Amino acid sequence: MSATDGTPVLQAQALGRVLPGQVPTILVSDVDAVFAPGSFTVITGPSGSGKSSLLYLLGLLDRPTTGELLLAGQPTGALSDEARAGLRLWHFGFVFQFHFLLPEFTVADNVMLPMREAGRLTAGQMRARARALLGALDMPDLETKRPDQLSGGERQRTAIARALANDPAVVLADEPTGALDTRNGRAVFTILRALARQGRTVITVTHDEALAAMADRRIALLDGRVVADGAASSFLRSAG
Amino acid sequence: MIPLALDIAFAHLRGRKRQTAVSVLGVMLGVGIYIAISGMMQGFHTYFLRQLVESNPHVLITDEVRVPAAQPLQMLHPDAAVAVRRVLPRDPVRGIAAAGSIVPALDRMPGVTAAPMLSGQLILRRSGRDYAVSALGIDPARQGKVTSLAQDMVAGSLAALARETSGIVLGRSLAAKMGVGIGDSVAAVAAGGRESTLRVVGLYFTGLEEQDLLRVYVNLVRQQSMQARPRVVNQIGIRLADISRSIPFAARIEGRFGYKTAPWEETYRRFLDVLALQNWIIYSTLGAILLVAGFGIFNIISTVVLEKGRDIAIMRSIGVASRRIVHIFILEGAVVGLLGMVAGWALGRLLSLALGRVPAPGAADPTQTLMIAQSWWIYGSAGALALLAAVSASSLPARRAARIDPLAVIRGAT
Ligand SMILES: Nc1ncnc2c1ncn2[C@@H]1O[C@H](COP(=O)(O)OP(=O)(O)OP(=O)(O)O)[C@@H](O)[C@H]1O
Ligand SMILES: [Mg+2]
Repeated sequence: MSATDGTPVLQAQALGRVLPGQVPTILVSDVDAVFAPGSFTVITGPSGSGKSSLLYLLGLLDRPTTGELLLAGQPTGALSDEARAGLRLWHFGFVFQFHFLLPEFTVADNVMLPMREAGRLTAGQMRARARALLGALDMPDLETKRPDQLSGGERQRTAIARALANDPAVVLADEPTGALDTRNGRAVFTILRALARQGRTVITVTHDEALAAMADRRIALLDGRVVADGAASSFLRSAG
Repeated sequence: MIPLALDIAFAHLRGRKRQTAVSVLGVMLGVGIYIAISGMMQGFHTYFLRQLVESNPHVLITDEVRVPAAQPLQMLHPDAAVAVRRVLPRDPVRGIAAAGSIVPALDRMPGVTAAPMLSGQLILRRSGRDYAVSALGIDPARQGKVTSLAQDMVAGSLAALARETSGIVLGRSLAAKMGVGIGDSVAAVAAGGRESTLRVVGLYFTGLEEQDLLRVYVNLVRQQSMQARPRVVNQIGIRLADISRSIPFAARIEGRFGYKTAPWEETYRRFLDVLALQNWIIYSTLGAILLVAGFGIFNIISTVVLEKGRDIAIMRSIGVASRRIVHIFILEGAVVGLLGMVAGWALGRLLSLALGRVPAPGAADPTQTLMIAQSWWIYGSAGALALLAAVSASSLPARRAARIDPLAVIRGAT
C-alpha cells in the first residue's frame, strides 16, 4: 500500500454502477481516476449527481457493475464480502456526514473499536494510540465522555480519530462538514489536508465551494459522470 | 480488555435493563420450575420404586420354564433342517423341584441372599365376610434378609411369626378393612378346601396399596399344609448386595437352574414403562416452559437488532466482520441465558427445599416429608437446556443482523 514503488493507492478503471430495476438507475458511469498517496481530492457536484455513490465504490462499500477498482495495483472485483470488510478495516478510514459513533461507548472506546476488531495491539497500546489521536485532534480531555455529551465538531473529530485508528492509507469522507458551522467545517478540512500531507490518500465529498478550494484536486460530477477533473485552484466559482 | 463482541453485547443489554430483566426472569422461572418439578418427580419415582423393589425380592425364581426342552427329533439330527412347531414347555405345576439344593447353592454365592416361598391363594373369613388374598408362605428369618418386610412391620414382628406356627401377618390396610388387630384370629380357606384358624401376629405397611391390601404372610410349613403341597416351594426370592447386577445375574441363574428367573426390572416392567411415560410428559412440559423463555430472548434480541441497525451498519462499514456481529447478538442471548440459569438454580434450590418440607401423603410415618431429588444431573440439564434455548433463540436475529446491508442504512441516513 505504500507509495514508494510508485503504484497509485487507488485506481478507478471505467467504474460504473447501475441500480437494477424496471427502469435501471445509473448512479456512476465510466469513471476513470487515479488517486496518488499524499493527495487531497474533493468530489463536487449537484445533489443527486452520484458523489456519494462514487465514494462508496472507491471505499469498497459497494460493488461496481462495470469496470474495476484497483487497490495498490490489485483488482478488487472478485473479492468476497468478508475480504472487502478486512480491506476496509486495515486500509480505509471513513467519515460520514453524521458521525455514526456508538452511543453506548465513550469517545476513547469508539476510537479503539477498529483497533480491537483488528486485534493487533495490546490494550495499553490501543489506549495510548486513542489518546494520541484525540490529542492530535485537539480534544485531549474528552476520552471518557459519551457522544451525546459532545458538540457537533467534537463528534466529527472523534469520528476522524476513529477513521485513523488503524493508520489507513486512504481516508474517505462524505460531506463531513454538512452538519457543522463554518468554523468547525474549516477545522475539519484543515485536518483532512494535514492527513494528506502525512502521505495518506484523502478523498472527500463536499457542497461547500470555499472548502473545496482547500483541496489539491477537484473532480466534478454530473449525472454520475466526471465532467471536470483538475487542480482545485483552477476551478471557477461557478463551476461544478 | 474484554472481547469487543462481549463489550458491545453488555452495552446493548445495559441499554435495555427492564426488558433484559424480564427475559432473565423468564429463564429463571423456567429453570427453577424445571428443577423443582423434575426433582419432585424423580424423588417420587425413586421413593415408589424403592418401596416396590425393597419390599419384594430383587430377583425372583418361579416354577415356570420359559425355554422348551430340545425335542427328540432335533437331538437325533442336530445338523439337519428340522423344524418342530408348537412346542410348549411342560409346566412343572409341582413347584421348584430342586429348591432344596438351589437355595444353599445361592447362599454360597457372595452378595446373594435367598429365601424359599410358596405362594397360593387364600380366602380369609372374618365376621361372615370373605377376603381373597395372595398368601406367601415364608421362612420369617430368611425373608427378613431378602425383603424389607422386617422394617415394614408397624405392629408385631416377624419374630412373632417365627414363634407362632399358625401366625399370619397382614397389611395394615387389610387389617383395618377386616377390623382385626394383633392377637385376633381369622379363618383361612385354601383352594384345597381345608379350613384352619390363624392368629394375627403382625401388621406391615409398604405404602403400595395393592400389596398392602392383597398380600399376607404365613409360615412356609403352614402354607404348605394349607395348600396341601407338603415340602413344595414355588418361588425363591433373592436379594443382591449390588442391585445393578440383577439382569445379568438373573440370566445366569436361569441358565443354570432352568427356572424362570426375573430381575426386578422384568417383574415391574409395566410400572417402569408408566414411570418412563410420566417422565416423558413432564420433561416435554418443562421443555415447553424453556421454549417460552426462549421466545422472550428472541423478542429482546430482535428488538435490539432493529434498534441498533444503524450501529451495525457503521460497524460493518468500518470493516467489522459479519461473524463478529453474529457473536454480539448470540452473546447477548447467552448472557441472558446464563444469568437466568444461575438465578434459576437458586430458585430451583429454594423451591426444592420448600417442597421438601411438605408432608408426604399416605406415608407410614406422619413426620415423613416429600422426597425431592437433587442432583447435578437435574441442575446441569436445566442449565444446559436454558443455554441451548437462549443461544438458539438469539441465533436467528443474530444472523439477520449480520445480513444487514451497511450501504442501505448509510444511504438512508445521508
Ligand atoms: N437505493 C437507491 N435507489 C434508487 N435511487 C438511488 C438509490 N441510491 C441513490 N439513488 C439515486 O442515485 C443518484 C445518485 O445518488 P447519490 O447519493 O450518489 O448522489 P449525491 O451526489 O451524493 O447527492 P447528495 O448531494 O444529495 O448527497 C440520485 O439520483 C439518487 O436519487
Ligand atoms: Mg451524497
